[in-house]
Amino acid sequence: MDQPKALPTNYVTQPDKIATSKGKTVRTEEMIINMGPQHPSTHGVLRLEIIVDGEIIVDAIPHIGYLHRCFEKHAEHMTNYQQVIPYADRMDYVASMNNDWAFALAIERMMKIEVPERVEYIRVIMAELQRIASHLVALGTYGIDAGAFTPFLYCFRDREEILDLFEMTCGARLLYNYIWVGGVSHDLPQGFIEQAKEFCTYFKPKIKEFNDLLTYNEIFIKRTAHVGVLPRDVAINYACSGPMLRGSGVHWDLRRDDPYSVYHKFEWEVQTGKGEVGTVGDCWDRHIVRVREMEQSVKIIEQALASIPEGNVQSAIPKRIRPEPGDIYVRTETPRGELGFYVISDGSGSPYRVKARGPAFVNLSVLPEISRGAMIADLTLIVGSVDIVLGEVDR
Amino acid sequence: MGILDLRLEKSNVVVTSLDNLLNWARLSSLWQMQFGLACCAIEMMAASASNFDIMRFGVIPRATPRQTDVMIVAGTVTIKMASRIKRLYDQMAEPRYVLSMGSCSNCGGPYWEHGYHVLKGVDRVIPVDVYIPGCPPRPEALLEGIMKLQEKVRQESIAKKSA
Amino acid sequence: MTAQELLDTLSSRFGSAILESKLDVNQPWIKIDGNRAREICLFLRNEPSTRFDYLMCLSGVDYNDGTLGVVYHCSSMEHKHKIVLKAICSKDNPHCQSVSAVWGTANWHEREAFDMFGIIFDGHPDLRRILLPDDWEGHPLRKDYKVQEFYRGIRVPY
Repeated sequence: MDQPKALPTNYVTQPDKIATSKGKTVRTEEMIINMGPQHPSTHGVLRLEIIVDGEIIVDAIPHIGYLHRCFEKHAEHMTNYQQVIPYADRMDYVASMNNDWAFALAIERMMKIEVPERVEYIRVIMAELQRIASHLVALGTYGIDAGAFTPFLYCFRDREEILDLFEMTCGARLLYNYIWVGGVSHDLPQGFIEQAKEFCTYFKPKIKEFNDLLTYNEIFIKRTAHVGVLPRDVAINYACSGPMLRGSGVHWDLRRDDPYSVYHKFEWEVQTGKGEVGTVGDCWDRHIVRVREMEQSVKIIEQALASIPEGNVQSAIPKRIRPEPGDIYVRTETPRGELGFYVISDGSGSPYRVKARGPAFVNLSVLPEISRGAMIADLTLIVGSVDIVLGEVDR
Repeated sequence: MGILDLRLEKSNVVVTSLDNLLNWARLSSLWQMQFGLACCAIEMMAASASNFDIMRFGVIPRATPRQTDVMIVAGTVTIKMASRIKRLYDQMAEPRYVLSMGSCSNCGGPYWEHGYHVLKGVDRVIPVDVYIPGCPPRPEALLEGIMKLQEKVRQESIAKKSA
Repeated sequence: MTAQELLDTLSSRFGSAILESKLDVNQPWIKIDGNRAREICLFLRNEPSTRFDYLMCLSGVDYNDGTLGVVYHCSSMEHKHKIVLKAICSKDNPHCQSVSAVWGTANWHEREAFDMFGIIFDGHPDLRRILLPDDWEGHPLRKDYKVQEFYRGIRVPY
């Protein structure tokens, strides 16, 4: 596939002449407009350099690095593999259970540790609850991007219920350090299973309420259908993952196609975009994929709560983590897509090299492709539908 | 309002009641600049949602620095971002206050040791009024920080030049 | 397709560009010549029996013995197989061919490898720093990196 030419950094706008109906020519010029790094709707410190011809976007170049917090350097200097997990938490801070799990899985596969089954069930429950919480943030802020403030309040109200469950278990609301190499830090407290079952029953009608409020709202559909269309082959070539990829109609979910843990024991379906109200791969498709994934997550949680076995959650945590020299790449499905950790070990107690492949970093690189020809007002919704978290983009 | 222009050397009854009135007006409507950088931004958003509701303190998020009174620096400040923060702070009109939320903006946080690109505390570029510790601080901690800032505003006086 | 079959296909076609391999580990890897990376990866992507259309990750590594490396993790959505390719270059002359024409995602990954390690990718359309400011000194993830004292008047260490 031919690579589109990237604009050079010393781009100079070119004047152009168009003819009006009265036969006179009007000189037009393209403008370079800067959005960010402080902007109410760029979801964090992202700077977009937009080259516009009137209101139509000719090119949108993302500039990142405003939140580069040197995760990989910290990982090399930690004296223990378990100490990397709080830093991994802070990468994708909206979905930190999934980050912990990806890193712990990498070290467990490298050391060939078998975790008890209760730990696997707990990890699945926590990851799916975190997926719902992360999608609630994404959908709530997406509503604000479109101009609707009320869904944000509804989403955060439901999210507080999930955060209560997390706080009951490990004491923290946002950054947990819960999933460790070989197990989890605390067992489920008494009353967790009942409260989680109550949450599932409480939450199912809330999805319908949210859909009535935002998803099937005519104004929202008008703003998101046919906007930011990502074709299937472009998505695969740019290694998009998660709802970005599934919104373009590609049936690919790592929980099913590159399986890990006990997901194969539950019945759930992979959701893709079908172009119901617009084109396949537009912003509305990505939005509906996220909403439907929340429903599937509730299904998984209910099945897991019903069949969770007993056991000791700390029995497989190794006293000393010293993997054999070698390297491994492990990927898991987080709410944003494929989070991968490439870990090189040199036989000592601290990692030699840890590379975090963040899904938001890769998904954001496709932004210039999908926003050519859109208007500036559409760009806000396109960036919102990519669902970036700058901590993961910049690491 | 010529009375405000007079620089009275000694406070008197008129100035005291005017002080109380102005301070009460200012602390009851501290408009904040939406400046979430990292994880603390999510807790700031949770504080403005309905469970904790920062708006009952009069704090409304505004997008532009020119209309705001307080800048809540929520999250890690990197060196690439530091010059932009200084520029935004300069664009705020006086009286302006800065609330540093979370340990990353207080002192560099967990990234203090090997973070080559992390600014070790936002007070290296702008003056800070209230520091809120935590990683991330709970929304209740943010509300307490706002209340501490309100107490600070309550002590101000037009007869004395503010910091 | 197993790793041995893949190695045979590549060796028969590219001969001297395939340097070493280790197939008996959990994730088998093949070391290739960095200056022919693009044609090898283009073959891997287009050939129907291999069809590596998804580049999972591209990382830079500092091996601390005077060499830098680029590690490619490729996978196929059709055949569901994966392979790891490694390319080595020296620290004094770190050049590797860019594969951004093969997979669009390699564009940003290579810019990050350049930013963190200083590996220059020949043929990249826009090779400049991505995470750090443009006038930053040094390449931070190298093992011999010393942090600078001041950057534009701001003190960098604690």
